[in-house]
Amino acid sequence: MINAVRGLLTLFAVSILVFSLARLTGDPIDVLAPVDISREDEAALRERWGLNGSIWEQYVSFVGNASQGDFGPSFKYPTETAASVIAERLPASISLGIVATVLTLVIGVPLGILSAVKRGSWLDRIAKGLALFGQSVPEFWLAIMLIWFVAVRWNVVPTSGISGWQSYILPSIVISVFGIAALLRLFRSAMLETLGSEYVKLARLKGLSEFKVVWKHALKPASIAPLTFFGGIAVRMLTGATVVEIVFAWPGVGYLAYEAANARDFPVVQALALFTAAVIIIMNLLIDITYAYVDPRVRLGQKAIA
Amino acid sequence: MSLDQPMGTVNDVPRTAPVLEVQDLRTYLYTRWGTTKAVDGVSFSLGSGETLGIVGESGSGKSMLALSLVRLTPEPAGKIVGGRVMLNGRNVLDLTDRQMREVRGKEISMILQDPQQSLNPVFSVGDQLAEAIRVHDRDLDDKLIHERSVDALKSVHVPAPERRLKNFPHQMSGGMKQRIVGAMAMAYQPQVLVADEPTTALDVTIQAQYLRLLKDLQERTGVAIIVITHDFGVIAETCDRVAVMYAGRFVEEGPVEQIFDHPRHPYTRALLESRPKVDLKSTRLQSIDGQPPSLIDLPIGCRFAARCAYAIERCLAEYPPWFEITEAHAAACWRSEEVPWPSP
Ligand SMILES: Nc1ncnc2c1ncn2[C@@H]1O[C@H](COP(=O)(O)OP(=O)(O)OP(=O)(O)O)[C@@H](O)[C@H]1O
Ligand SMILES: [Mg+2]
Repeated sequence: MINAVRGLLTLFAVSILVFSLARLTGDPIDVLAPVDISREDEAALRERWGLNGSIWEQYVSFVGNASQGDFGPSFKYPTETAASVIAERLPASISLGIVATVLTLVIGVPLGILSAVKRGSWLDRIAKGLALFGQSVPEFWLAIMLIWFVAVRWNVVPTSGISGWQSYILPSIVISVFGIAALLRLFRSAMLETLGSEYVKLARLKGLSEFKVVWKHALKPASIAPLTFFGGIAVRMLTGATVVEIVFAWPGVGYLAYEAANARDFPVVQALALFTAAVIIIMNLLIDITYAYVDPRVRLGQKAIA
Repeated sequence: MSLDQPMGTVNDVPRTAPVLEVQDLRTYLYTRWGTTKAVDGVSFSLGSGETLGIVGESGSGKSMLALSLVRLTPEPAGKIVGGRVMLNGRNVLDLTDRQMREVRGKEISMILQDPQQSLNPVFSVGDQLAEAIRVHDRDLDDKLIHERSVDALKSVHVPAPERRLKNFPHQMSGGMKQRIVGAMAMAYQPQVLVADEPTTALDVTIQAQYLRLLKDLQERTGVAIIVITHDFGVIAETCDRVAVMYAGRFVEEGPVEQIFDHPRHPYTRALLESRPKVDLKSTRLQSIDGQPPSLIDLPIGCRFAARCAYAIERCLAEYPPWFEITEAHAAACWRSEEVPWPSP
């Protein structure tokens, strides 16, 4: 509940920021209109994009409209609204985001767990190498290398755009590498801690199988810490990984953000910023709910019956 | 308790075949800094219904000894490198991992040193107790498990057991958690129960209650108990025999009242003298001058010699053998027969 209120306040702050940033670079009309525009035409333009009236009036109408998903028409594509421009691009980002998220979870989590369980083994060493690589390699470099070798020289997958499921392979690898590395490290260290704990010792003392000891008693408490981080990964994936989308010419919202910023398409930029903020806030709420599920100390809070 | 009064209640424990017989057990920890000889040749035996106390300073290897009995020394550093642990007539060190799991909880149980950390914070007490009950008896249905869980909690005097089962560890006091852990350990009525410092985390009244509870369980089930402690008060209240551990080895062993009244090893005497005169609270035994030797780099002679007021040349040159004082009482000290030692 408190978190929900905090979320709304954050959204409010973001709306002010977004609104004023768009106006910091000067009157948007200078970008929109030709230099020799007539007074009547300018007035019509202002009317159309909500740029007349005082700055306060502009803000109020901006928030009013934005809360209904209306950010006005796009500057760049005047026949479409900013919202519809984004909606068109969203599926490409979300589908890529889901593939990358699944990849991150499916590789990062088990690898982290196993490298803790088999500490010091060759698997652990490989995992550690992977974690170091994933957290230090720049995305664009990795993307370009992959395009060069896998797409151009070996011609296994398409170089850019979406044309079938093969197109997802390279971008999702690039997006997930960082997340895999991070989750791997987080799970490894959390598992090392729980595996050395007294309650895991007690679980073994009871005669439980190693499987139960690792995947129940060590894993559940170990997954609390990485949860926060996972929220960040999910947000990045849902709101589009800008660099990766640019390099792969991926028609998603990340690429759109870049295009819109270049074109000073303020309604689209504003809508994207608010959308991202909203996703982050919703994600945090979801994470809080999951926390309460995983960690009973959160769930029951003060209601302890000592 | 004063040293002059005989204490300990049971002296004539029936001498049946021992349930646990440990012979020359050695557990080493291979660390970056060298090999820590945490347990370095320990032997003892324990009969059904008997209680053995193990005392010694911090770091003397008591917990490693206990963990070795259930083969749960820390991975990957800890290795049991020698000896035998005969439990109900077979050597647990020869068992496969699967057989060992069958033994844990069923034939031998252990209460860990820190009850606050022994329960998993993210599972309910009922869940964790049910596990302990189901593990060696997979056919039990949920209803039966629930009944047994309630019984188990009743057996350790937990009030409102039905409700407690739904609680999580953080909702319970330390004493309550201690009881729950005790209930888990006793779920299958094992023949041997090891209690590592059963009371240090508890306040004095709870301590006394808990010790009484252990004795209670023992009377009902005949379980043999090993109590590991720093506290001679605990030994006096609960044990038949006591072994004094120093730097990975036992240095004196015997019936409680003989050890209390006539210690034959200077280390035992120093421990007894370092007890607080008023027995209000357990203390860490730190008041003996000097430090125990490093378990990585042990002297060839008596390990206590460097701190011993009565050490002679021989003590430094040769490790003392066991000297039998009475049939049940022995000490590993070259001068154990010269008591009283000259006061310095
Ligand atoms: N996980 C570990 N890795 C390496 N060495 C360890 C480990 N645990 C304990 N040791 C070492 O083993 C030796 C014996 O430790 P142990 O825990 O058995 O002592 P203890 O007698 O139980 O002490 P305390 O009374 O403080 O519980 C000590 O020197 C300790 O430093
Ligand atoms: Mg200990």
